[in-house]
Amino acid sequence: MNRPLAPDETRQTVLRLLGEIAPEADLSLVKADVSFRDQLDIDSMDFLNFVVSIHKTFGVEIREADYPKYSTLNGCVEELSANRTR
Amino acid sequence: MAHIADMTKTTYREAVRAGLREALLNDPRVFLMGEDVGKYGGTYACSKGFLEEFGPERIRDTPLSESTFVGAGIGAALGGMRPIVEVMTVNFSLLALDQIVNNAATIRHMSGGQFSIPLVVRMATGAGRQVAAQHSHSLEGWYAHIPGIKVLTPATVTDAKGMLLTALKEPDPVFIFEHAYLYPMEGEFAEGALPVDIARAAVRRQGKDVSLITFGGSLWKSLQAAETLAGEGIEAEVVDLRVLRPLDQATILASVKKTHRAVVIDEGWRTGSFAAEISAQIMEGGFYDLDGPVARVCSAEVPIPYPKHLENAALPQPEQIVSAVRSLMR
Amino acid sequence: MADFVMPTLGSDMTEGTLVEWKKKVGDRVTKGEIIAEVDTEKSAIEVESFFTGIIQQLITKPGDTIPVGTVMALISEEGKPAEEVEVKVEARPVKESTPSPVSEPIVSSPTEPGRLRISPAAKQLAAELRVDPSTLRGTGPGGAITLSDIHTAAAAPTNEQPISSADRQAKMREIIAAAMARSKREIPHYYLSTAIDMGRAMTWLKEENLKRSVTDRLLYGVLLIKAVALALRQVPELNALWKGSAAVQSPDIHIGVAVSLRQGGLVAPALHHADKQSLGELMTRFQDVVKRARAGTLRSSEFSDPTITVTSLGDQGVETVFGVIYPPQVALVGFGKVVERPWIVDSHVVSRPVVTASLSADHRVTDGHRGAVFLSAIDRLLQEPAQL
Repeated sequence: MNRPLAPDETRQTVLRLLGEIAPEADLSLVKADVSFRDQLDIDSMDFLNFVVSIHKTFGVEIREADYPKYSTLNGCVEELSANRTR
Repeated sequence: MAHIADMTKTTYREAVRAGLREALLNDPRVFLMGEDVGKYGGTYACSKGFLEEFGPERIRDTPLSESTFVGAGIGAALGGMRPIVEVMTVNFSLLALDQIVNNAATIRHMSGGQFSIPLVVRMATGAGRQVAAQHSHSLEGWYAHIPGIKVLTPATVTDAKGMLLTALKEPDPVFIFEHAYLYPMEGEFAEGALPVDIARAAVRRQGKDVSLITFGGSLWKSLQAAETLAGEGIEAEVVDLRVLRPLDQATILASVKKTHRAVVIDEGWRTGSFAAEISAQIMEGGFYDLDGPVARVCSAEVPIPYPKHLENAALPQPEQIVSAVRSLMR
Repeated sequence: MADFVMPTLGSDMTEGTLVEWKKKVGDRVTKGEIIAEVDTEKSAIEVESFFTGIIQQLITKPGDTIPVGTVMALISEEGKPAEEVEVKVEARPVKESTPSPVSEPIVSSPTEPGRLRISPAAKQLAAELRVDPSTLRGTGPGGAITLSDIHTAAAAPTNEQPISSADRQAKMREIIAAAMARSKREIPHYYLSTAIDMGRAMTWLKEENLKRSVTDRLLYGVLLIKAVALALRQVPELNALWKGSAAVQSPDIHIGVAVSLRQGGLVAPALHHADKQSLGELMTRFQDVVKRARAGTLRSSEFSDPTITVTSLGDQGVETVFGVIYPPQVALVGFGKVVERPWIVDSHVVSRPVVTASLSADHRVTDGHRGAVFLSAIDRLLQEPAQL
């Protein structure tokens, strides 16, 4: 059983994972409600890798149909806390 | 008279003479014939004193008829003799082409190996002595075209004597081209180098930047050019072909493989020259070793002029060789 | 082209020594302008040009003593088309004021535009040392690339010493520039495109991915790569490399996948034997090369092996790609974005995900008809996704 994470902690972890995918990005400038793809030059391969690392880090199953929910920072935090409370 | 074996320095003329004398002394089947070889002692004095020493049976003056006396030489060789025929110049040898090309070169093949022609024909070639067009041409490249004979171009005193003696041991006709400009040339004679082979080219100077491929009289001009180039930091390798047929392709290609550049120096005219053959063989066998096009330095495409300055200008000169190398290098 | 020769400055002058050039190669000179200083037995003299034009080659070096009449420089005359500078072996006159020998100069033919002027030995060495000669400037006669140019390039600190990412990027830009310029210079491209209904493929993929865990789901791009690989079996002419004067078909199908790098630039590493890999294997390899391309750890064979390139710009919302072939390959396949489009099925307008596939191909090797056969083969293959 994982320890429940505070939303802030979740946010920091998601940003760290994002930084591994797009190392050149300045994460402090990431807008929480704009899709990563639109602000970070993320392509489908990057996004797939991002989803895989979310899966590995948070231990959550993510259906392909739910991928769009992980396309923004706010979306990730919401989805991950929802996942956890399930 | 000093014995040749004791000499370290001699002229090309003396070396030829010593070779002829040794051949005459060693083998009773050897005899010399040609225009003015007897009473006059040879046009280039290579048989001076021989008539007195060996008598008219073995030193035979002939009429001015190249076809006749070359043909007689072929007949004598067929009959078991070892004739040495002297033709005054390569220009005059054209009168004997029928005997050479249709008889001397073919009889072994046409008789299925039953007959051979152990004949040696010597002749002067080349220009540079102001004796005008009909005595100055370099046609040894033509002879190198013909299967059935060997074509030698001795350029050093050692080869001048040594190649003659080795040629006399061949069962088939051998043609020796002596560059007339070389007769008075002095050189170090290496008795220890005898007998010499008549199969391989010789690297006369080692170098790593360019191969100067040449033969006969042009060897010395090429060596002089190499010396000049050395002063500019270009190390030229000088290959003396020695034998034009059969050609030692391996030595040529090994040199080109090492230097990646080649300049062929040939006193013949450029068009259809022996230099063209060398160039073609380098393309065939060494194309991927080449770092630039093969260059040629040949004679101007005119009958060799009589006036000294024009004759000089018509012939390959060290300056042209140097210039050809420079334009390959930069 | 005009010859600038050592002039006669008085009837008794036979030779002169070049003191210095007042102009350099590429300079424009006008008739009457001083271009060299020459020392004669009498005095130093400034020599003027008899032509107006551009200096193409300075043959004589300062300090050289040469006979009068010797060509010292080549000037391309104004109004006449510029010629390729030829390699000339100057027949140098002998010292004693003799006329120039009349032997013809050796003239090496100018190099055809688009062809590298490179010696055979240099070309071979370049292949051995993996130096791309098209990125070099030759220092040999007539600008030829020689062995020493290749040795210099190979010795240049490209791999051994750490280079800044800016340098690496500049270098990559240079390589791309050379390859693309060569492509557009040498390859007569033709372009074909077709819209492909991706409905079946996307539905199949969705179901397939449902069965797969997060870690081994497929991207639709892998279906496209596999379809291209299988279509090449039907049109093998496009799976070829141009060798000198003709294309040589490759027995193996190695698909180069274009990967854009975050810091700029592009590489197209090979997915080897793409036609023989399952979609899962292909996906794993695809992920691997993309990761390593971005980390800068691709193997040299991955750079040199591709027999065709596939590029997809759909992620950026592009609809149609008009690609430039990567030499010596003879074709490139581009894919745009998969978009919902009105599509006619059995006389009914329906909405379908559609992708535009485009082919850039070398017209020296194939014609439009074969290209069209190839695109329709890709289409057919994508209609049977389970068979991929």
